[in-house]
Amino acid sequence: MSDVVISNIQRKKILECIASGKRLDGRALDEYRKIEVEVGISKNAEASVRLRLGKTEVLAGVKLGITEPYPDAPDEGTFMTNAELHPMASEYFEMGRPRIEAIELARVIDRGIRESGFIDMKKLCIKEGEKVWQVFLDIVALNDDGNMLDAAGLAALIALGNAKMPKFNEEEGKIEHELTEEPLPLNHEAMSFNMTFHKIGNQIVVDVGPEEEAVSDYRLSIAVGDDNGKPRITAMQKGKEGAISSEDMEKILKLVEVKWKEMFPKVKEYVFGNGK
Amino acid sequence: MSLYKERFDGRAFDEVRPIRAEVGIIPSADGSAVFETGGTRAIAVVRGPRTLHPQHMQNPQKGILRVSYGMMPFSVWDRIRPGPSRRSEEISKVTEWALSSVVDLSEFPNTVVDVFIQIPQADAGTRVAGINAAAMALADAGIPMREMISAIAVGKVDKTLIVDVNKMEEDFSEGEGSTDIPMAFTSRRKNIALLQLDGKISTDELKKAIEMGKVACEKVLEAQVEALKKSKSKGIENE
Repeated sequence: MSDVVISNIQRKKILECIASGKRLDGRALDEYRKIEVEVGISKNAEASVRLRLGKTEVLAGVKLGITEPYPDAPDEGTFMTNAELHPMASEYFEMGRPRIEAIELARVIDRGIRESGFIDMKKLCIKEGEKVWQVFLDIVALNDDGNMLDAAGLAALIALGNAKMPKFNEEEGKIEHELTEEPLPLNHEAMSFNMTFHKIGNQIVVDVGPEEEAVSDYRLSIAVGDDNGKPRITAMQKGKEGAISSEDMEKILKLVEVKWKEMFPKVKEYVFGNGK
Repeated sequence: MSLYKERFDGRAFDEVRPIRAEVGIIPSADGSAVFETGGTRAIAVVRGPRTLHPQHMQNPQKGILRVSYGMMPFSVWDRIRPGPSRRSEEISKVTEWALSSVVDLSEFPNTVVDVFIQIPQADAGTRVAGINAAAMALADAGIPMREMISAIAVGKVDKTLIVDVNKMEEDFSEGEGSTDIPMAFTSRRKNIALLQLDGKISTDELKKAIEMGKVACEKVLEAQVEALKKSKSKGIENE
């Protein structure tokens, strides 16, 4: 993600272009690429999603298991996010154990979902202190054309929004290979989604491509939900080596409000609109 | 009205815990420091610049900064399995990014500066304590830095904004619960070098939280500078 090789002339061109308020692909600085969603790409998953953000493409799947609860939350289910930046998705990804890029991606998405309270963990309790549902969220990158964070984050939400509970055989304490019509318990109003802002030259840019990503000073990912018609931040992460000036922080928070108003209804439609 | 009206340990909302800061604590290191706030203690050791191996990782333009953060197994009540975890790898990376915003290794091509952060005792805020210790250890090692760096965890406990959150506050679950916002500022330009958040907060509250963090970091900076000055004067006496 960060070690994309870029020539000086390309760097200069991108910076010039962005300084003039445009992108090389003609988009405005605060404009997202086209989003395409397909739900149900694996019949063996509780939910599965394929999402395209421009040419960035990612799969997300939800599986459920049974486990013991954590001692500090005996009446709550558990939630785990895993991300794989597979070498098929980019010449910069490698086989082997997950590197920091994949770990960070999984943790940022996990935090956004967990802290918002989107999944109703209490309803995932089967027997307090003994048996609870375990939600696995797995993300696999298929093609990296920049902004994998926002693409994967949205795919994850859509997967959760479409997940159905599997049938649980209480006598044997086992999960049957069959899904029920019952949805994964969610707090719909608590949902928040992730937007990532990059500082490039003197501008703040959203939904960056890999070359833009390579020339940015820093990125700030912000998960935003709804609090009675106002944006509510549930997770943040600053990435890369640059530091944020006070003025830029103001700019970003203003942009958060604008983009949230525009994007949130669309995101809700994707997540709860049965994959349309 | 907030459900958190008085802090568990009696501090004012904008009050940081007692700080202890000292540099030069590990004799064999090129730079070292300990930074303590209340029950959280971070030790940082700097080694380098030294040749980076394997060679293909070297950067011929400048040295690289490499941070490794870890909690000691006995630092919290429930023993932590030793070795790297997803959490510790992420904290290492965000710390590396924060410190890299002020460190200048252009005079040391093909080298690495290693920063080791270890937490022997934790009472919340270990990553920010680690950054504070690491910044001091880098200065102690004489690594070129454009500015100093100071970090603090600001929290929102129910509706109350507080600085330098402790474990009991971090675990507060009534009302709106607890929101944790670790942040770091550069000393001169006051740029934000680290910013993370988990919890629930409005944009206006976030702006306030950042302001509170900036003010609290002045106290941290004071302690860091004081400790560095003390060590320098000690050095002169010894010679």
